[in-house]
Amino acid sequence: MAGRTLYDKLWDAHLVKQRDDGTALIYIDRHLLHEVTSPQAFEGLRLAGRQPWRVDANIATPDHNVPTQKRAEGIAGIMDPISRIQVQTLDDNCEAFGILEFPILDARQGIVHVVGPEQGATLPGMTVVCGDSHTSTHGALAALAHGIGTSEVEHVLATQCLIQRKAKNMRIMTRGRLPEGVTAKDLALAIIGRIGTAGGTGYTLEFAGEAVQALSLEGRMTLCNMSIEAGARAGMVAFDDTTADYVRGRPYAPRGEMFERAEAQWRGLVSDADAIFDAEVVIDASALEPQVSWGTSPEMVAGISGRVPELSAATRPGQREGWEAALRYMGLEPGMAIKDIGVDRIFIGSCTNSRIEDLRAAAAVVRGRRVASSVLQAMVVPGSGPVKRQAEEEGLHEIFLAAGFEWRDPGCSMCLAMNADRLGPGEHCASTSNRNFEGRQGHGGRTHLVSPAMAAAAAVAGHFTDVREMVGSGPGGAA
Amino acid sequence: MKAFERFVGRVAPLNRANVDTDQIIPKQFLKSIRRTGFGDNLFDGWRYLDEGDPSKTPNERRINPDFVLNSPRYQGASILLAQDNFGCGSSREHAVWALEEYGFRVVLAPSFADIFFSNCFKNGVLPIVLDKDIVEEMFRFAESEKGLELTVDLAAQRLTLPSGEQVAFEVDGFRKHCLLEGLDDIGVTLKDAGAISDFEIHHRARSPWLFDTMR
Ligand code: SF4
Repeated sequence: MAGRTLYDKLWDAHLVKQRDDGTALIYIDRHLLHEVTSPQAFEGLRLAGRQPWRVDANIATPDHNVPTQKRAEGIAGIMDPISRIQVQTLDDNCEAFGILEFPILDARQGIVHVVGPEQGATLPGMTVVCGDSHTSTHGALAALAHGIGTSEVEHVLATQCLIQRKAKNMRIMTRGRLPEGVTAKDLALAIIGRIGTAGGTGYTLEFAGEAVQALSLEGRMTLCNMSIEAGARAGMVAFDDTTADYVRGRPYAPRGEMFERAEAQWRGLVSDADAIFDAEVVIDASALEPQVSWGTSPEMVAGISGRVPELSAATRPGQREGWEAALRYMGLEPGMAIKDIGVDRIFIGSCTNSRIEDLRAAAAVVRGRRVASSVLQAMVVPGSGPVKRQAEEEGLHEIFLAAGFEWRDPGCSMCLAMNADRLGPGEHCASTSNRNFEGRQGHGGRTHLVSPAMAAAAAVAGHFTDVREMVGSGPGGAA
Repeated sequence: MKAFERFVGRVAPLNRANVDTDQIIPKQFLKSIRRTGFGDNLFDGWRYLDEGDPSKTPNERRINPDFVLNSPRYQGASILLAQDNFGCGSSREHAVWALEEYGFRVVLAPSFADIFFSNCFKNGVLPIVLDKDIVEEMFRFAESEKGLELTVDLAAQRLTLPSGEQVAFEVDGFRKHCLLEGLDDIGVTLKDAGAISDFEIHHRARSPWLFDTMR
């Protein structure tokens, strides 16, 4: 028998029942909830007179519509009455059903995908779901994690299971290491640029190879986070010492002897050497440069030294029309240099890049420098309360504030602009988030996806620039 | 959920690839805690010229006359014809609620994004994957003066064109059964409650650290 992939192993370990029609019941270990996709699920439970199957498998926190300023006022500080009701409804539902929640004023509140791993609520070997497509983030811990819709949220609450069809296996194999100044975010964007936004549809991705092994767990989360932008519901990285070191000591992680027992099991969370993948993509990580998205789909990316493509370079059916529409929306000319794209706002945050190492990387660039006068706004939104406090202990907030950045409270913020933070029409934003769809960050807003260091560099320059030419020269330098 | 019966419907063509859920229902409408009220804001950014917010009614909005769904000939359409990778992006089920409330019961496309695809079935909407050539041909019909009407027969897994020409389609057996019967997934799964409990006992013995944690 051929060996099994990591995904095969996680699947097998959670298979409750295989049905004749090809679907399966998969047991869910951890269910994360937030305010936007859960109210209708709780309502459904109530209407059907059902109770949660296993309350202790759930954890909740509001993130999408929480304000990132004047947090001390709590829910009362949410200006938009509809948002306020939604956040209040999450509190009420968690209270009514006995679900552990980190509400808006809890020190542990944050973006659900930052909070889960940080608290040890997400562990290796788990199946993790959440009514949010970026649940793929948690796959960085060698977990099977993916986003679900609201009906599935209700289904998981009521049955602790999900009806699934097994996906195919795809391995993204990196060769070599990422060069200095090129990050997990750049790798994620380059992969999507290569395979396209539907390249991973129907697959579970495993990121492997030297460059991935060398990434910190935070970097692996950034990479797995964007699996969904490549069309894959789930992405994952095998368990190793980096994973073990990250998990050890987290508040909800097992301790002492129990941790050792768990770790012994987790060591098996790797693909067997003779496992067969249905597809494999090989990426030379050592040849990558920092990436910038220029269009309205995450696959529309170029290296910082590159250009917006000429329309004549389109090869796939419909690609030319797609590029034309994107360039019109973005207000860019075919063939223009990426470095000539000016930026109006800077957003450092989101579940892709709001963890401590992201903030350190950005701070290292802005240290001793100032946000360009042409930039209207530059903001840093830490991913969680603990990230914010850690950054403040390290003095990062002072570096940002001195440079002219705003230092905000944790939440999704301008990643999707459901709260008050958003772009104006026509404004270009260097954003560390994951989606550059039309209107994502505000009506008519133009999003360019970049790494935290590249966003910081753009803030200082007022346009995109190669961060590698900034670090180590003049102010900034190693933090 | 209502049982999915055979019906005849008009096709509205949306000739764009990679239509994402942010386009189907923009985020400012996700703040509702209810399952209804999304139909007026389906494709909001394309359908209207002004920026929408939940407090505005459609009468107060500026209609975009160039958007295909606003054309008089596609009023009352119940079948949406789309291009590759329809429904990509976020997992918001609100996208399906909006399509359903607007009146779409079937979406035809060469390919769909995974989460959107499964969300459809939970809400009585049937997504059908068709060959690219057939989709292109349907676009030609649907965009022509006469338009296109199809008979959708889920039980027989067949679409019938006005010419009598038939197109077979695939659908997962379990999902088909649930749609035809109007069954609720949860009820079906709970029939296996015993198997779930048995699994849980075994799972807890093997990995006790997964239990009794989040309290
Ligand atoms: S940060 Fe953005 S992508 Fe992540 S969960 Fe929040 S809205 Fe979704």
